[in-house]
Amino acid sequence: MRVVLAEDLFLLRDGLVRLLEAYDFEIAAAVESGPELERALAELEPDVAVVDVRLPPTHTDEGLQCALQARRRRPGLPVLVLSQHVEQLYARELLADGTGGIGYLLKDRVFDAEQFVDAVRRVAAGGTAMDPQVIQQLLARRSGDGQGPVDRLTPREREVMELMAQGRSNAAIAGKLVVTERAVAKHTANIFVKLGLEVSDDDNRRVLAVLAYLDRDR
Amino acid sequence: MNTNTKSGEGGSRARGMVLAAGRGLALAVGSLPLSILGFCLSLVSMALIPIGVGALTTPYVVKGVRAYAERRRALAERWGGVHIPSAYRPAPETVNPFRRTYALLRDPATWRDLLWLLVDIPAGFLTALLPAVLVFYPIEGLALPAGLWRVYVETPGVAYWYGFVPVTDRTSAFGAAALGAVLLVVAHRYAVRVHQVHFLLTKAMLTPSQAELAERVRVLTETRRDAVDTSAAELRRIERDLHDGAQARLVAMGMDLGTVEMLVDKDPEKAKALLAQARQSSAEALSELRDLVRGIHPPVLAERGLGDAVRALALRLPVTTEVSVELEGGRVDAPVESAAYFAVSELLTNAVKHSGAGRIWVDLHHGAGRLRISVTDDGTGGAAIGAGSGLAGVERRLGTFDGVLAVSSPAGGPTMVTMEIPCVLS
Repeated sequence: MRVVLAEDLFLLRDGLVRLLEAYDFEIAAAVESGPELERALAELEPDVAVVDVRLPPTHTDEGLQCALQARRRRPGLPVLVLSQHVEQLYARELLADGTGGIGYLLKDRVFDAEQFVDAVRRVAAGGTAMDPQVIQQLLARRSGDGQGPVDRLTPREREVMELMAQGRSNAAIAGKLVVTERAVAKHTANIFVKLGLEVSDDDNRRVLAVLAYLDRDR
Repeated sequence: MNTNTKSGEGGSRARGMVLAAGRGLALAVGSLPLSILGFCLSLVSMALIPIGVGALTTPYVVKGVRAYAERRRALAERWGGVHIPSAYRPAPETVNPFRRTYALLRDPATWRDLLWLLVDIPAGFLTALLPAVLVFYPIEGLALPAGLWRVYVETPGVAYWYGFVPVTDRTSAFGAAALGAVLLVVAHRYAVRVHQVHFLLTKAMLTPSQAELAERVRVLTETRRDAVDTSAAELRRIERDLHDGAQARLVAMGMDLGTVEMLVDKDPEKAKALLAQARQSSAEALSELRDLVRGIHPPVLAERGLGDAVRALALRLPVTTEVSVELEGGRVDAPVESAAYFAVSELLTNAVKHSGAGRIWVDLHHGAGRLRISVTDDGTGGAAIGAGSGLAGVERRLGTFDGVLAVSSPAGGPTMVTMEIPCVLS
């Protein structure tokens, strides 16, 4: 799998290259600035791009803008955005086109190499990988009024929904919570009923539906 | 060449004379009623303060008089080239009319305006009118011998006085014409200067005294000291947070890793557990650093500017918050941007914590060199500046940038807090 990597800090870039190579990814290019990233995405046609939000020369959200632009040119281009901080504002911009293949994670998540690589693979396959912090912020806000449908979920259902909103499949959720896949399927069905969402087999559409629900009165 | 230049000078001087006369006439006619009105309203309004009515009206009257004085300052600049500095204290926009009135009455500029109005009614009027008289009166004198005298002298022997010349017939009318000519020469020479005298008089009356400038310096010194104090306190907080938080965790991590190095062959199980602990420590250190960074300068503010930073802030609130931004695509000056962001953040925190609001609206707008932000909620109201509220802190912070804060929060709500900071977009 060919990866284009954009990260301006040498130590992190180097570490990411080594990590991804260790998991048999092919690094098509590892760049350190916005314009280089733009060129690499246009010319190399990677299977997935791993991009830092903040890149030179502006040191603002250059990486995010490059990623969004590349996806406008090539809809569905899988992009995993990494950041020192995660903001719903950016998550919404990334998810806005509804084509999937989007990841938005805290840089800390690379600590757990296994999970990080899993997220990269999921995004490359057209799924999503949303940072738990984004999901928790959404849930915290939804429960603000105390009477939303989210508040009617049982604690276990909430756990399942958090993992589902991150983009994990039923099998992965079952593994994480140490329950059977059948139990997870039952929980997800309950969640969809309580939240009034259409049931869908497609992992990616499932996540978008959950996020759209959580974000609906914005 | 020489002659041409001279006639050119003479021509421009004549134009200046006529211009001075026209403007003087307009000024005299326009300003007299306004000055009288302003003076009378001020007196009446202040006299009514003891019975309460005056406290309600005085802020408006004073505001009107100030606007009028600023108008005249602008005219002096444009017509006379006379710059008149103005130094009004910002009116504290509290809900309490008595406090506002009191603050306005304490400003020496209010009394100076009043005195100026008193002087402007006779002296300002005369000095404005004089150039017009000097220019237009000679026209009558010159017209007298041309036949105009017949209109005035109806009964023979009864003189019509033009200045100090008694006009009884055509011959004496020529005397009037001579006086008119002399006056015209005087006008040609002095009309512009007399016109200037009017503006110099205005300047003499309206220029802030040394004491007020000293007062301005005092206010600036105070706000600067506040700013330095707050930033010093910030630095201490940051130092303490780093020292007790991230730094300590990194030290612990280093120790754990050292132990792991030793244990890795002897007791792999324990080494593994310590490694997990080290990873946990590093994750916690990162999250602490992240919070710290957010407290110093929020990442979205750095990356996107004030509008999106406030939008991102709103998304994290448990209360539904609508944000509307009108900044013409520009960025506000960095220090103002940061101050405004933290002020909004404080106001939103207040609204969520204390107001019991179900909805909040934030409005950011830049126009006429001012950044105006209003935060409105549909809560229970009753917020006030002072009395140890967070609003006083916000007001002090804004003071550094000559910004002001206005609160309208009747019991039962809604609460609306408006901030205004002078600044430019870049």
